[in-house]
Amino acid sequence: MSVYATALGISFLTVAAIVFLMRSRRIREKYAAAWILLAVAVVVVGVFPDVLATVARFLGVQTPINLLFLVGVVILLVVSVQFSVEISKLEEETRTLAEEVALLRRDLEDGLAAATGRDAAAPPSTPTPADAPDADAPPDQP
Amino acid sequence: MPTDPVTRLLVVIPAWNEELALPGVLDELAELRGTASGLPPRTDVLVVSDGSRDRTVEVARERGVAVLDLPINLGVGGAMRAGFKYAYRRGYDAVVQLDADGQHDPRAIPDLLAAAAEQDADVVIGARFAGAGTYTARGPRRAAMRVLSVVLSRVARTRLTDTTSGFKLAGSRALPLFAADYPAEYLGDTVESLVLASRAGLRITQVPVAMRPRQGGRPSHGPLRAAIFLLRAMLALVIALSRPRSRQTQTRVAEEGAR
Repeated sequence: MSVYATALGISFLTVAAIVFLMRSRRIREKYAAAWILLAVAVVVVGVFPDVLATVARFLGVQTPINLLFLVGVVILLVVSVQFSVEISKLEEETRTLAEEVALLRRDLEDGLAAATGRDAAAPPSTPTPADAPDADAPPDQP
Repeated sequence: MPTDPVTRLLVVIPAWNEELALPGVLDELAELRGTASGLPPRTDVLVVSDGSRDRTVEVARERGVAVLDLPINLGVGGAMRAGFKYAYRRGYDAVVQLDADGQHDPRAIPDLLAAAAEQDADVVIGARFAGAGTYTARGPRRAAMRVLSVVLSRVARTRLTDTTSGFKLAGSRALPLFAADYPAEYLGDTVESLVLASRAGLRITQVPVAMRPRQGGRPSHGPLRAAIFLLRAMLALVIALSRPRSRQTQTRVAEEGAR
């Protein structure tokens, strides 16, 4: 079995796995696209090995398979950088949500305290602090 | 033109598992508020529990201060942005950031307020090396702090000797900016926030303050960490300075103001 047939087999498996994950909604399409494109490219090279040789000659790469490795590494690099960007975005979104949750919980405590007329866990205040800026008096003073 | 005097001050205390030291700080603040200490007539205290897993929240509530309980740990920058949002949305004039570990003396808060009023400053740093007290740093940490001071003094067009101090006052013009965009990166709450403020045209100044030893818990840096601090501080500085003036920041400030 030639190396190209092996590559062909692996890439078919990759496409199948990606499609399976997409069907069960475990990955979103925007992340799957890169992997499917990559697998398709490997299929093309597997079916038509001459394409690789031609491109390698054109780019001045002596051994065609090195071109394959180079392209593979570059693609992996791009995908992981994309992931870092996405993770950073997620962290910023999580952070904003966490802040808003804490602020809402505080508003809720104020509202509950005002509604029940008791100092639950918060100093006396009104349910809509933005409308009544003088609502939260210094809690320690009578 | 001197700014209007601060009448509604919020003391924000970011606290991450500080059940040991926090009560002392809160008691001290309560004592100060009861006396003619130079604090504004309406001085409130807000503890931001940064995803604490100990009794930080309970300890603060027992003493009757307002608490923001963040569900996850966000770091000092994240805790402070939540505090700035709280202050801005509830109409406070100024925020003083105070450490929960008792290193910052609340009695220096009037000094920060006085400096803001006299010099028309929007951000006042309580600086540890400016003459008062005996706080010193050694080795790579000291070197890093010196470089940060020199560069940031230039950026802020004023002499700053301690740019990594967590004892800071933010005035009314700084609040919308910090409520919308206070960096959560490593050193974002100190170095990057100063870059952010001076780029927004805010005036920064400093007053000397004495630092005290921690009243509980463990210090967060040893010798190896100091070396890592040097590298990360430099990286944070270079990134903050090379960052383009953010349109995103302006959008967020506008959104925060529209609430």
